[in-house]
This record gives sequence, structure tokens and C-alpha cells, in this order.
Amino acid sequence: MSQTVKLSEMSRSARTPLALLENDDLMRLPAPLDGSSPSPVWPALSPQARETYECGLDNTCVLNLPQPKTREEEEQLVAKFLSGLEKLFTPENNWTFLQPLLLSMEHCAKCQTCSEACHIYEASGRQEIYRPTFRSEIVRRLYFQYVKHGGLLSALQHGTIKLNWPLVARLAELSYRCNLCRRCTQTCPIGADNGLVAHELRKLFSQEMGIAAKEIHDNGSMLQLKVGSSTGMNREVVKDNIQFIDEDTSEKTGIPVETPWDVEGADVLLIHNAGEILAWPENPGAFALILNAAGVKWTLSSELAAYDSINYGLWYDDAQFARVALKHAEAARKLGVKKIVLAECGHAHKALSVIADRVLLGELNIPRESAMTLLRDIVVNERIRLDPSRNDFPVTLHDPCNLVRLMGVVEPQREILHKICPRFREMEPHGVDNYCCGGGSGFAIMHGHNFADWRFRVSGRRKLAQILNAFADCLDPSVPKYLCAPCSNCKGQFRDMLAYYRLWETNRILYGGLVELIVNAMVDAKPGFIEWEWH
Amino acid sequence: MNALLYGIIYAGVLVFLAASAARAIHYARLPAHLRWELYPVPHEAANRAEHGGSYFETLDWWTRPNEYNLRGELRVMIPEMLFLKALREFNRSLWYRSFLFHFGLYLLAGTVFLLLAAALGTMMAPVLMAASAGRAMHILYTATGACGATMTILGAAGLLHRRLTDPNLKNYTVPGDLFNLAFFIAALGLLGVGYLWRVPGTPGVLALTRGLLTFDTTLQVPAVLAAGLVLLALLAGYIPLTHMSHFIAKYFTYHSIRWDDLPAARSAEIQRRFAAYLTYRPTWAARHMGADGTKTWAEIAATNPTAGAAK
Repeated sequence: MSQTVKLSEMSRSARTPLALLENDDLMRLPAPLDGSSPSPVWPALSPQARETYECGLDNTCVLNLPQPKTREEEEQLVAKFLSGLEKLFTPENNWTFLQPLLLSMEHCAKCQTCSEACHIYEASGRQEIYRPTFRSEIVRRLYFQYVKHGGLLSALQHGTIKLNWPLVARLAELSYRCNLCRRCTQTCPIGADNGLVAHELRKLFSQEMGIAAKEIHDNGSMLQLKVGSSTGMNREVVKDNIQFIDEDTSEKTGIPVETPWDVEGADVLLIHNAGEILAWPENPGAFALILNAAGVKWTLSSELAAYDSINYGLWYDDAQFARVALKHAEAARKLGVKKIVLAECGHAHKALSVIADRVLLGELNIPRESAMTLLRDIVVNERIRLDPSRNDFPVTLHDPCNLVRLMGVVEPQREILHKICPRFREMEPHGVDNYCCGGGSGFAIMHGHNFADWRFRVSGRRKLAQILNAFADCLDPSVPKYLCAPCSNCKGQFRDMLAYYRLWETNRILYGGLVELIVNAMVDAKPGFIEWEWH
Repeated sequence: MNALLYGIIYAGVLVFLAASAARAIHYARLPAHLRWELYPVPHEAANRAEHGGSYFETLDWWTRPNEYNLRGELRVMIPEMLFLKALREFNRSLWYRSFLFHFGLYLLAGTVFLLLAAALGTMMAPVLMAASAGRAMHILYTATGACGATMTILGAAGLLHRRLTDPNLKNYTVPGDLFNLAFFIAALGLLGVGYLWRVPGTPGVLALTRGLLTFDTTLQVPAVLAAGLVLLALLAGYIPLTHMSHFIAKYFTYHSIRWDDLPAARSAEIQRRFAAYLTYRPTWAARHMGADGTKTWAEIAATNPTAGAAK
């Protein structure tokens, strides 16, 4: 149902969705998903969900906003939204992003150049509601009407929009239909940032109204601050799990592995996304093996939150973001390490290296480095012995947006792959022009209702096409293929999306991290670290 | 009447300058934001800027000297400013119109400077200006003015046509967008018509410029030309009051945001400013924020909203 939804329809009182996508609307996929096999049926939201929650935007629902019972309740919520909107434009409340937000509000030329850069807009069959400017234009109109208090002339210059609860509810959901990858911003001739507008909207809802996706707030940053990790692992559990991983890695590779904990004065504090420890234990195991073999003096920290590099506040809440970043920096300061190295997690890279940089003052501003850079040094300078022939299978590389477009770590991982993977091939486009995996900004951990269907069909679709194109010459299941994704969040998306389209069963496309490929090529390790089993 | 005409023109120029400056100062005085760079950042070292890389690609980057690749930055900035490179790359069909429009405006701005130079020349070095230098200037400002006005009008008409016919723009087009483009066409069109159809013996652009500089009220300015000048002056004053002042915004969106990759550790000024921001007292109302207006950002960041909860 491809249609042009008018901006004014966002205020429509009826709770029927503004856009309901069907398989035929979506961007075509390449072989083997080019229509020869039927697409999975798109499950609808349950009638109960539609009756209970605000689901008036599209096929799905992330926030589970309860429908207000009375008119007064609606008015109170709108007043709260308005209060938050005003705060977004005050230095006291939003000095963190005020300048870029104002510039994006006041100078978008509405030329739609950004639309074609957006993977969600393109993959959805160019649904109007997913245009990067659709969301921003509504916020822009609200800004001129309610923050700048514009009159008739302002209305003629900037347009108007009716502010009511249906608009606010749809806007809240719409702020979670953007991966915050900022590919749109890259193409803007003026530099307006529609990704930032989605980010700021999420902040407004969280910081003023207490509205955020449960997976990233209650089960995310709050859980991390409470027990130490969004996985729920406390320090005892994480130490147990790492010990198990060490044993497993030692057995698998024939090289004794021991992970050091809380070593004062170590050169490197390594911080993993703790999701790796539970979902992909071979990744922290491989890290331990490589760092030990290369003679790096490193440690993990068992301090609260410091054994989990995730920082979901990056996606929706400045206070939660700062709280977790401070905990990471404080743990490093306490140990007196020379640097923090971020393992394979894109958003953790950007959070601690880039975004937190200017709030980590004084002795908390401990140097942060990407694991890609350290690993490149180890591999390229042959600090461990490697045999590329052990990786003689097609490998392609996914560029995590946070690591690449938003942090500029582009080449180290490529240098490694060129060195150890003789059949490495790039996706197109790649590097800073990459497409998001579709799981960015928290989507990869959001599973409520049928949201997973939406992210596999829509937000992940462009990346899926890239993967299939990269392996177009070797889709036959007799050839095992490896999708290298040096980011935990992206791996979560790939695990679920490849399974959704049965690409392991039918085409033998496996996904994994970078360090697994390095260990797989290590001469001193027993062959076969990569087991070619679905996990 | 001439005094009124001159007054309007001076007022238009003054409003343009003052409003542009006010807007630039307003943006410059906003708090510095958290880092939000976007790669490629062209002032990175040449070997990294090529693929969009950053200093984070270097082992122990904080131990290496800061490299600022001015040449790389200029290589991106100049084509972007003059030829709207990003638009050409990402939206070619719009670029044809937009380039005509913007480059026409650059030529018109250049014409103004040439005319001012020529007018001052005729007053301060009349002998020189009566010779070949004067003729060369005449050819130059006539060419830039004619080309500039023609390109701007054609570009504005093309953009207006697109605004009215492209279904992708329909949802986002407001009366102001149409008015702004029509304003350019009307002002420059009227000026062109008034100038080309003026009665022989009435002042040309150089005489008008000199008249403006000397406040010569004896000049006989034809009514249509005067109307064109008035519209142009109003347009000049109007531009910085609208989103069309993106020529100011663009400096900040590129230099202060997309390309601002300066690490805090290398700037005492950044550290000083951010230490001050952390003393601001927010009033966000969500419970987990704990922002009651008395706590600073630093205190809020140091608070654990789950403290006291069972572990």
C-alpha cells in the first residue's frame, strides 16, 4: 500500500495506521530472495495490541504506549510533550545538542535529497512516513509554532501542524523508525541532520515523559546501572562465564587461555559488549587468545557496568548515557590503565570514544582506542603467526555505522582481512558510504509484537540485498560463506535476519566477528576455530 | 524621491548585514555540543581523508601530533561552496536548477563589488577609469550582472517549477517557499526590465552606484528601474530573516558539527567550556532523570537512578 501520507494525517484522531506495508510494496531483493520463493507472511499486530496501545503509525509498535482513558489524560500528555519540546531548545536542558538541533530546525531546504540515502525509506518502497524529512518537518513546524511562538507570517513561512495526542503518540513511534545511522545527513547539501532530530525526539520522550523502548531503558541502561550489565550478569556471574569461555577456548585451540581480571597498571582495559559473553562466547575467547599471544598487558574490569561496554543512553537519553560513560571511565581510572580498548561493539565505540569525549574531564579522559586498531597492529606486524589459507572461503565485511561513518575507523579491519582472508570481497557501497544493518539504535534487541518482522523486511532489507550481492557468485550451499560483522549489535541483527530468510540452511551464509577469523588463521592454534554451525 | 530610494537601498543592505551578523553570532554563542562528527572529515591527514578515516585508525593516536590537512579541507570546501558538489552528487536533477540559481547569486554579488570598485575608481582615479581600465570594468560588471541575473531568474523559475510539480516536494512545500522564489524572480525581473527598457540618457548602473555612494539626489531614475531596486533591497533585507540564510548556517553545520573532531584532551578551552556546562541545572521531568532544577548535570550524571534497588 504505497501512498502519500500528508503531514496533517499525523494528527488524525482515528487510530487506524497511516501506512500498512505489504510485501509487494517493498524493494526487490536479489537472488535467492528475488521472488522465486514466497516471502514469509507478514504477521499483523494482534487486535488486543491495537486496542490497548497506540499503534496508529504503521504495521508495528515498539513503545507500547497505553491509550489514554480520558480527554484530560490526553491533554496532560500533550502538555508534557510541549514542555519537553521547549526544554529541547534551552541551553540548561539541552546544551549537549542544541546547536546542531537548532541549525537543523531552521535551515532544512526540504529538497528531499536525503530521502534516497535512507535505507528504510528505500526498502519500504518509498513510504512517505519513513522519509527522513517527514518526522523532522513535523518537529520543525511544532518548533516554529510552539517554541518560537510564530504568528501568521511564520505559518506562511514554515507551515503549521495540529498538535494533539494522536500526533504525539505517532511521533513517539516514528522516532523509533530511524536507525540513527546518519546516512541522510551525509548527503544533505546544507548539513541539516534528520538523524539527530529522531535522536532528540527520543530524548524528549525519555527525559520528560519517561517514554522509551523497554528493551533499551528498563532492560537496558537501567539494568546495566543496577546489576552491571544489560544481560543481567552481575560480577560473579560474568567472571564464571569468562572462566568457562577460557576453558572452552583452551580446549578448542590447544592454547591455554586465561583472562586477567582487575589488573592494576595494565596497559589495556578491554571492554566487551557483554552480549558477546552470552551469545557469542567464541568472540571474547578469541580476544583473550590473541592478546595473550601478542604479549599485550591487558585486563577486564569487574566494576559495576565496566564489564559491559554497551551504553544504550546513546540512542535515547543524555543522562543515562553520561552515567554509564562515567562508570566506564571511572573503572579505567581506578585500575590506572594506559588506555581503554573497545572490543567488537560499534555503538560502544562511538559512545565512549566520541560522544563522551568532552564530558570525561581531567583524569577521567583516559585514552580510548578501537580494537580494530590494536588488532591491525598485531596482525599486520605479525606479532602472531597466521596462515591465510585456513580462511580460504568467501568473506565479506559489514561496516558498523557507529564505527565507520560516525567514527572514521575504516581501514584497520580491512587491512586485517586482506592479510588473512584470500577471498575477501567488499559490499557495495562500503566504508563511510555503508548501509546500516537495520538493527542500529537498539532495533536489534527490540522484539515486541511483530517489530522483528518489520526490521527484517524493512530496516534490514537494504543490507540483506548487499550481503546477497556480495556473495552472488557463490550462493551455492556447497560453498560456506562468512559475513564478518565486528559489532555485537549488528551481529544480533544478522543472526536473526539470516535465520528469518533461512540463508544458513539454503545458502550457507554464516556471520561472525573479526577476531574469530584471526584465531581461525592462527598457526599455533588447532585448525577449525570457526565451526560452521549455526549459532 | 531619490532620497527615499537611496534610503531603502541602504536600509536593505544594512538589514542584510546586521541580520546576517546577528544570526551568525547567535549560532556561534550557543553552547558547544557533544562531538557529533560525520566522516569523511576532510581535514584529516591526506592518507586517511581519502577513505574517510580518522585519527582513531592510528595506534595510540593521542601520542601523535595533531595533523590538520587544510589543503584537504579546501579541496572539499571550495567545490562545495562554488558548485554545490554534494547536491550534484546526490540530487543531480535538482542541482541543475539550484546551481544556476546559486551561481547566479554569486555573480550578482561579484557585480556589486565590481560596481563599487568602479564607482570609487571614477571618483578617486578618474583618469585611469576613463581609459582601458574603466572599459574593462564596464565589460566585466555588465557581463557578470547580465549572466548573474539571467542565471538566478532561470534557476529560481526552475526551482519554482519543481516545487509546484514534483510530488516528492508537495508535502513539504509551504506558501513561503513559493513566495521566496517568486520574490527573486520578481525583483530581478523588474530590475532587468527597468534597466534594459530605460529611456536613453537616464543613468546606468555605474551612475546609480556613484549616486548611491554620494547620495546624489539629482539623478533621474526611471520608475520601473527604481521599483526593481526597491524590491531588490527588500529582498536583501528579507533573506537573512528566513531559512535562506543557510549560507550562514552551512559554516556551522560543516565546521562546528560534521568536521569538529577536536579531542577534549587537546583543548583547554573545550575542557573549560564543558566544565561550565556541567554546572547547568536541567529541569527534565522524567523520574529517572532526578532533575529537580537544583542538581547540576554533573551531579545527575554521578547519580545512579537504581541506587537502593535490590541487586
